[in-house]
Amino acid sequence: MCTTCGCDTPAHHEHHGDTVIHRHEHHEEVVREGKLVAVEVDVLAKNNSLAQGNRRRFVSESVFVLNLVSSPGSGKTTLLERTLTDLRGAIRCAVIEGDQQTDNDAVRIAATGAPVRQINTGSGCHLDAHMVGHAAEELPLPDIDILFIENVGNLVCPASFDLGEHHKVVVLSVTEGEDKPLKYPQMFRAARVMLLNKMDLAPHVAFDVARCRDMALKVNPAITIFEVSAVNGAGMDRWYDWLRSGITKAREEAAPAPVAG
Amino acid sequence: MHELSIMQNVIEICESNSGGSRVLSVVMEIGNLSGVVAEAAEFCFEACSRGTLVEGARLRIDRIPAAGSCLECGNSFGLQTYFDPCPACGGNAITVTAGEELRVKELEVA
Repeated sequence: MCTTCGCDTPAHHEHHGDTVIHRHEHHEEVVREGKLVAVEVDVLAKNNSLAQGNRRRFVSESVFVLNLVSSPGSGKTTLLERTLTDLRGAIRCAVIEGDQQTDNDAVRIAATGAPVRQINTGSGCHLDAHMVGHAAEELPLPDIDILFIENVGNLVCPASFDLGEHHKVVVLSVTEGEDKPLKYPQMFRAARVMLLNKMDLAPHVAFDVARCRDMALKVNPAITIFEVSAVNGAGMDRWYDWLRSGITKAREEAAPAPVAG
Repeated sequence: MHELSIMQNVIEICESNSGGSRVLSVVMEIGNLSGVVAEAAEFCFEACSRGTLVEGARLRIDRIPAAGSCLECGNSFGLQTYFDPCPACGGNAITVTAGEELRVKELEVA
């Protein structure tokens, strides 16, 4: 019996190197058994290597780079506007804005005086390391302390794409479901910080802050949580302290302290 | 739908490893925690392979079960989600040891 098609008719097999051609008297079908090639390549290898290139550049320019991720409408842009305005004159910030369409967010950021580059991903649901590498080329990195990358509003896809950042910062607002950390665990697992935003609205909505914190810590026991309001400024000081310590670490990374002895 | 750009990468990897030959089948390993949905990946594979050496190839997806080890007691166990506590000590601090794979394993070329 032919193991290729299961028929009992004796098949004529022609061998050409690794390729076997089965020809049967009762049908003209030609089946080739191909050659196996072991590949073992990580699908995201190309993005990861571009991200490593970005990272080396950010480290050598001692820029502290954060990748801000959230669902649409969590208040990322308002939070950035507030941060840039409050830190103006003390910390030099720049922004890469990612959206599918429009430069509305870049216009808002530019109004704070910070250098900004807009990336429109078209139909793409996330930024990748290639896009960020090119946008960063157009920014004056040597004169920047912090680069904020505002990713496309989406809690799923951006989790898989390293951009070369130091940390992901996930923004969750109290007008969303408190169980988002469990629903989108990959993102909350990947983030170093969770900013719980719109705390000024907490008294008016049924959002259990303690439960939300518990769920975030369950997915990621190492996550740091700041409760903030970008509108009235509550809690923002702790976020700024964290940013300052990040800048210090990024500078140490660029110029490691000489080893004693 | 990040499966679309992921599968574009898969097609690129296949074409650059096929030595210019037509690709007959592709074996991928996708971990259960990788965030990639197999059905969406299959759909995008077909769409992305059109007009390439991979067009018409079969895609086999091997799902890799997730596993973790507890940072507190060292226990190793199977995971369904990122937030399964350690069944031995109840701790949440876990290192994921398997289940995040996203790899092109092998090709069959003509």
